[in-house]
Amino acid sequence: MEICRQDEALEIRELDPFLAELLRQIPESAQPKDSPAAEERLFSPPAVPEEKVLRAEWKLYVVPELRRLFQSATETVRQDLQQLRCTDKPFANCTLRIPMAHADAWLSALNQARLAIAATNQFSDHELCDAYRSPLGSRRDLSLFQVNFYGFLQEFLLREMEGSG
Amino acid sequence: MLNFFMNRPRQDKAARCAALSVIHVPHSAVEMPTIEKQETTSEEIAMPWNVVVHNDPINLMSYVTMVFQRVFGYPRERAEKHMLEVHHNGRSILWSGMRERAELYVQQLHGYLLLATVEKIG
Repeated sequence: MEICRQDEALEIRELDPFLAELLRQIPESAQPKDSPAAEERLFSPPAVPEEKVLRAEWKLYVVPELRRLFQSATETVRQDLQQLRCTDKPFANCTLRIPMAHADAWLSALNQARLAIAATNQFSDHELCDAYRSPLGSRRDLSLFQVNFYGFLQEFLLREMEGSG
Repeated sequence: MLNFFMNRPRQDKAARCAALSVIHVPHSAVEMPTIEKQETTSEEIAMPWNVVVHNDPINLMSYVTMVFQRVFGYPRERAEKHMLEVHHNGRSILWSGMRERAELYVQQLHGYLLLATVEKIG
């Protein structure tokens, strides 16, 4: 896999089918679905439990806005990921082009996915620091790899955004 | 980004105070202790609140720094100082001031998926 800047876009070239599949899973992974832990993390309370009125108003007015904001970001990413539908050669390496104008949406979707996966799996600090763990052991190992891989992409996006300045 | 505070139907405390001040009060009712009640409310409004960001092991340090720069307009050095404070101490106070503004900042920080809360000072 190779990532480079091409004019106003980031190109991820030579994406093998495994990494391409992980990228395809971003929008799905960003959804809390049936995980209360992920829901709780993505929509965390704005104040201590004693602030009952504030917390109730937040749930009523802010959470739906946040949901729309997050949804809009994952929808942009989903559309960009349409490029990975390599139907003619399903196991060929592909290229993904991310317009820099979509960088914020990608940062948000990657972050949503990382937070939701980590909350659902309740990863320990020790696990999160274990960058050399193989993704092939179990579903949990694969999820951890997903968190780290998405983090790597975030870092790259941030560096490029800072460079664009 | 989000427009909760522009749209929400709730009449905030300041607005309620202003509304109270233009109500015509009959002379016989002037001695009623409503003024004291209003003063208490004003004190509550004026009471400063902190915007606190809490540590979480997932958000990248570079991402958190960028968010602080964007939301508060802090220069990179100050944003990094707060980010490191969050990282090492578990929390950092990013801003202090009026409650409505503090809530707005927390709302923005949640839009970036940071763990942020408002806290009453004192």
